[in-house]
Formats: sequence, C-alpha cells, structure tokens
Amino acid sequence: MTPAISATGLTRRYRDHTALDDINIAISGGTITGLLGRNGAGKTTLLRILAGHEFPSSGSVRVLGAPPAENEDVLRRLVFVREDQAYPDIKVGQALRAASWFHPNWDSTLASSLLDDFGVRANKAVKKLSRGQRSALGITIGLAARAEVTLFDEPYAGLDAVARQVFYDRLLADFAEFPRTVLLSTHLIDEAAALFEGVIVIDRGRVVLDAPADVLRGVATRVSGPCLAVDALAGGRPVWERRRLGSQASVVMVGQLSADDREQARSSGLDLTPLSLQQIVVQAAAGVLAPAPETSFETERTCA
Amino acid sequence: MPEMAGLDEGTPLFIQVADRLAGEIADGGLAEGERVPSTNELAAFYRINPATAAKGINVLADDGLLEKRRGIGMFVATGARQRLLARRRAEFTQRYVAPLLSEATRLGIDTGELFDLIKDAGHEREGASL
Repeated sequence: MTPAISATGLTRRYRDHTALDDINIAISGGTITGLLGRNGAGKTTLLRILAGHEFPSSGSVRVLGAPPAENEDVLRRLVFVREDQAYPDIKVGQALRAASWFHPNWDSTLASSLLDDFGVRANKAVKKLSRGQRSALGITIGLAARAEVTLFDEPYAGLDAVARQVFYDRLLADFAEFPRTVLLSTHLIDEAAALFEGVIVIDRGRVVLDAPADVLRGVATRVSGPCLAVDALAGGRPVWERRRLGSQASVVMVGQLSADDREQARSSGLDLTPLSLQQIVVQAAAGVLAPAPETSFETERTCA
Repeated sequence: MPEMAGLDEGTPLFIQVADRLAGEIADGGLAEGERVPSTNELAAFYRINPATAAKGINVLADDGLLEKRRGIGMFVATGARQRLLARRRAEFTQRYVAPLLSEATRLGIDTGELFDLIKDAGHEREGASL
C-alpha cells in the first residue's frame, strides 16, 4: 500500500543552517502518528513542507501520492493547524465558514459542538480571543475539516489541561468514526502518548527514532537494587545509564526483559520500573538510541 | 500519564487491554456469550488509539478466548473463563508463592513461621467475613 505521507532524502537548508537533513519516513494511511522532538528540532519545518507551505531544498515528499506544494488536489484533502495560527480580522463563525468552503468533508455540526466544548462563542471576533481560545479555534477547524491528512503542529498553546483532554477525546472519537491520517507534533509526550500508533522523533533535523508506539513501551527498564544483583542481571547487556550509590546501583536496560530476567530480578531483590515513552524519547533525542539500537552500548560492569 | 483510565506506562498498551479483558472474563464480569466492548468503545474508555485497542482484542481472539460474530462484534467464547482460571492457577506459584518465599527468606522467617502467618491471616479473614 502506498503510504499517505512519505519523504525520501528530504533536506531543507536555510542560509546558515540545515533544518531538515535527509529525512526518510513513510506514514501509513489511517493512523495517528506523534511527531516528537525538542524545540528547533525541525518538526515545524517538516510539517510546513508536508502542508505545501515550503519546498524541500532537495529530496522528495509525497502526500496522498503526490508532491503537496502548489497541488490543489492534495491541498484540498489536507488540513494544517499551526501553533499560533494567525487569522484575518473576522468573527469565529466567519472563520469556520471560510474553512467550510475549502474543506469538502467539513462537518459544521461537529464544528459547533467543539466550539461549545471549548467555550468559544461564534460571534466573537477572532482578534479578541485569548491565546487558548485561538488554539481551540484551530483545533476545531482541524477536526471539523475531516481532511484525509490532518497535520497538527503543537496546536494547544494556552490551552489548559482540561481543554487539552477535550482535544484528545474528541480527536479519538472522531478518528474512530472517520479514520484519517493524523500527524501531531507535541512536546507533551506523556500526555498524548496513548493516542499514537506510531512515533517519529527528530533531533537537529534528523530522524532519530521511527517506531510503533507499542514497541517502544517496555523497550527499556530501570533496574535498581544491590549492585552485585544489578550486575548479575545487566552485566554484558545493553544499558543506557548507570548510577551507583554505595552498594546500590541503578541501570537502564535496553530491550524487553524475559520472564527469566524478571524472576531473577525478583528473587535477588531488584526493582524494575519501565521507562515511559517520554523518557525513551529523551534518550532518543540525546542520541543514545541510534536507529540501530543494538550497536554501541557500553557493557562494562558497575560494581568492579 | 494523567488520564489513561488506569493503564500504566511501561507495558505495551495492547497487552494491558488484553489483560484487563481477560481479568474481567476470569472474574465473571464478562460472561461467556456476552458481547465484549468494541474497539472504539475501548479506545474511548481507555483514551488510547483504536488500533491499539483492536490489537488487544486480537490477542484474546487469537487465543480463542473471544469469537467473532460477523457484523455484530466480538463475544466471549464458551469455556473461556475455565481456561483463564486454569491458567491463573498454574501461575499462582510463580506469581505469589515464590515472591512470598523469597521475601520471607530475606526477613529470616522460616517455613514453619510462614505457615502460622498464613493460617492466622486466613482465620482473621474468615472471622471478618462472618
């Protein structure tokens, strides 16, 4: 099956720096993917290119089978919600109506019920909205467009935790009913983690991790307890981080633990704590988790 | 993670969904022949991706604990509860008895004392339930 979104050797250079450096990704249709990474990693540039707002310097990008830039066929089937989206001087209702003309699958009932959920009135002028309300308007447009490809770039500036939960719930509910391809960039990883089927992490313009979210859960475990017992379990195996305090040690083991490992940990009094997606992404962005995770780990012992 | 209806972070979510459903079947909360929640219902309840919920259901379906009725949904298969209970019994030693023994050893409690502790706790339970 052709992926809904793909990039091959995608590079974007500005005068003095490379924002995207040889990006290769393929996102299947009908999935929600998280685009994660630190500020300035290149997430927005990637989304802008996917949305046809910018051209690649080299390499190619395809959305729904064709390059998106200046491609009316693709752009009508795509919606891009930006962080701090700017609007002309109009009312909320007019902004929605304008969006409805552009997006063929627009659902105005959904749009009004979302506005209600967010507590934004349709007759209010957009420029009088608070930052959070403006974000809510962007999210409303992004969801009510029901576009085949839905791109959200940190869409919730100024939204509180309750409103963000409304966004997640409504996204899941509408996605379940009308599956589409969603790419959501966020730095609130733990909060949004359960939404994602796939996760792409970029750092300094490069893809450092691209995997199904469920594979990443449980891929690393913090093992702590008596130093000798930690070594007995983790010695000679890939670990990320080791700390030691007196006779106690703590390491992060990479890879799923077997039932035997768990049994050994239990009988030797070790604590096992799985790393969250957020912690794994931090490791990935720090460059510890290379695309080929089995290479280049230190394996020396801790207690020696 | 703030709002994920009680799922934890480190285990793959689809496995947790499968475990929860299996637990409900074993406890009789989901009776044999009863319809199990749909993928979308599970996704909304646990606030997870529907594909993840579907994967969880498939684990149990592949195991023969659920059966698909075309066009209606997934149902708890006949004999599912018995099979799950048998499995839990088989795991009882490993999951509960072995950890109990290793902690007892660490604390210097010998097997005789351990028996007494278990008997006392059992009496208290029976007493409380009267």
